[in-house]
Amino acid sequence: MCLGVPGRIVARDGEMGTVDFDGLRREACLSYTPEAGPGDYVIVHVGFAISVLDEDEALRTLAVLRAIPGGLDEISR
Amino acid sequence: MTTRFDPIAATCPAPQAETERVLLGHGSGGQLMAELLADLTPRLGAGTLEDAAIVTTGTPEIVLSTDGFVVTPRFFPGGDIGSLAVHGTVNDLAMMGAVPVALSLAYIVEEGLPLDELRRVTTSVAEAARACDVRIVTGDTKVVGKGAADGLFVTTTGIGVRLPGAHVAAANGRPGDAVLLSGPIGLHGITILSTREGLGFESSLASDSRPLHRLTTAMITAGACGVHTLRDPTRGGLASALNELAAASGVAVELDEPAVPVPAQVAAACDLLGLDPLHVANEGCLVAFVDPARAEAVLAAMRARPEGACATRIGTVVAGPSGRVTMRTLVGSRRVIDMLVGEQLPRIC
Amino acid sequence: MRYLDEYRNPELARRLVREIRATATRPWSIMEVCGGQTHTIVRQGIDELIPVRMVHGPGCPVCVTPLATIDRALAIAARPEVIFTSFGDMLRVPGSGADLLSAKARGADVRVVYSPLDAVRMAAANPDRQVVFFAVGFETTAPANAMAVLRADAEHLDNFSVLVSHVLVPPAMAAIMESASVDAFLAAGHVCAVMGWTEYEPLAARYRVPIVVTGFEPLDLLEGILMAVRQLEEGRFTVENQYARAVRRTGNTFAQDAVRRVFRVSDQTWRGIGEIPASGLVLAPQYARHDATLRFGVGDVSTSEHPECIAGEILRGTRTPLDCAAYGTLCTPRRPLGAPMVSAEGTCAAFHNAGRIRQETP
Repeated sequence: MCLGVPGRIVARDGEMGTVDFDGLRREACLSYTPEAGPGDYVIVHVGFAISVLDEDEALRTLAVLRAIPGGLDEISR
Repeated sequence: MTTRFDPIAATCPAPQAETERVLLGHGSGGQLMAELLADLTPRLGAGTLEDAAIVTTGTPEIVLSTDGFVVTPRFFPGGDIGSLAVHGTVNDLAMMGAVPVALSLAYIVEEGLPLDELRRVTTSVAEAARACDVRIVTGDTKVVGKGAADGLFVTTTGIGVRLPGAHVAAANGRPGDAVLLSGPIGLHGITILSTREGLGFESSLASDSRPLHRLTTAMITAGACGVHTLRDPTRGGLASALNELAAASGVAVELDEPAVPVPAQVAAACDLLGLDPLHVANEGCLVAFVDPARAEAVLAAMRARPEGACATRIGTVVAGPSGRVTMRTLVGSRRVIDMLVGEQLPRIC
Repeated sequence: MRYLDEYRNPELARRLVREIRATATRPWSIMEVCGGQTHTIVRQGIDELIPVRMVHGPGCPVCVTPLATIDRALAIAARPEVIFTSFGDMLRVPGSGADLLSAKARGADVRVVYSPLDAVRMAAANPDRQVVFFAVGFETTAPANAMAVLRADAEHLDNFSVLVSHVLVPPAMAAIMESASVDAFLAAGHVCAVMGWTEYEPLAARYRVPIVVTGFEPLDLLEGILMAVRQLEEGRFTVENQYARAVRRTGNTFAQDAVRRVFRVSDQTWRGIGEIPASGLVLAPQYARHDATLRFGVGDVSTSEHPECIAGEILRGTRTPLDCAAYGTLCTPRRPLGAPMVSAEGTCAAFHNAGRIRQETP
């Protein structure tokens, strides 16, 4: 379960804030991510930020994926 | 840790299926609605009723269509219940290859509706009709007691004249046809959902509500009898429209997921709410099955018009199994695209 | 969208599929615990591309909410003073007699909310009505539901109450490890975003199974599967974190604190599975005045279950929808016999919506 979508905080006012999802904005409760501010990406679930996204880790994951060699169909292209 | 598995608890309840009352889902353009119509239309002594029908035999062929509009909110980015009522019926005529000639307009007004709102809606009807080159020629207004309707319901009925070269019908799709889509999907449904009280979305989204008869005229002019089917994927979305066309034509449809244009904000809203953009309503795009030899010419004609500027090929009609719509997924697998079941509910967990 | 589109890249997905095919020497069975993961796997057809048997776990709170709780919801929603609020998922789940959608058609004031805070706002705006929120979910949703109770309590909204059916994932995973033969697990990324993964470490060691904390996008799932397959091939069984961009080892301690304030761990019945000790959450005594079960006196309800469907075995991962005689015939998303056919994340509905068809065996 647990539909969680990454969005960017555009404004923070105490416990609440506005999060941008590719142009679509919604208020979210930021009580559980006190360290997050405008510009940070958070995972939002039922209107609550539950986690701050770690850009370094995201880049590391993508680097690992990109390091997997391409296959035959790519070579024969 | 020990766990007690109770064999009695390990079964499911049999719900007493709610069959004797109308649910909101019966009006959502999906499977529930199809079941309701399958119950009702035989009582009319009629076969399957399309959104519009030819009512004369000689030439010119006269096409008739009717549609009721109950949208809330009544005013939304990109339109209102008045312009929607014009575009909806004009488009139903257009999907039969007809050019609209005249509309009737009927209001059911709830007691207490601000008069100014009724004026605004009426002005919007007039402007939309003028922009479509169609006349409002007759009408009716009823007022019902508080609570007997939700503000304002609008019904429009339209007649149109079928283009001489038009041979479109839901049953005319053939294996090999190109599946063409005139523009991005999901804008109307997500706009309505976003502006509805409670969700709290802010966006720059606007409904795609607009007339499509000039686009269909351009397509039929360019493709002649090579334009086999036309459908505007309103309630139930692209998935339901394609399922209906595939079933009516006795063919299967193969879509390519990356080819289906979904605007970023629509995709974001669908991600947040757990909805499938293929099930979200549209009011200003169409999907067509076109003879592959004519597909490029038709696509070029579509792209030459503003409402078809983003027209694109999203798939192919294949021989069978009849009525099946599949999509090649991002990872290169295949999945079946089914009709919406009932009401589209935001999914959270 | 950033942090989403990158994980939907078709070319990288193809490479991962090839890598899994090249790495797996046996048809390992791997259970994805979370229904959101099931949704992506079936929607994208991932399981049909790889030589691994994906076993779909009990990870849909809608599916495992006990029948008695649904019946309580129906009894409360039927009361004229009540505005019954719920996530959309719960509205089609069959109780003993009906579902919340048909209760709505009969006049009950049932409203879908996106966030539990929307229900709190509704209580503030409707002081002469009783606003009840159906607080279901896993660990991911518990902090949000806890905050709704804390806010309502702080604002003295005595007309706000919650009907709680919260389940905890690790005890259920342990129960499955006891009874089912699954070689490895993909742990639910968003549950772990809240709870971390320290609870899984003793499970991996005790049952000698690899557990990979995994995200929800196609590339996340493929990478999670690849990490699990690599562990299996190398004879390792540790907890690894594929979803490192969102999950830390100790989770979100702020969220955990709020959950501890508002809820207490209790035994919990999982629909289709049975009672699992210490696998649920109930309201802590100091918030009893927001407990809808007490407020409306619906503690005792009698329920009736159906003999045909095999939802229990499906939720435990011992059988698939294609093993069920009712699947696709008696039981469809339109007329569900069991909860897994109701929720979009339910295994049966996910199969059905993806057009998976049961082959009749002679």
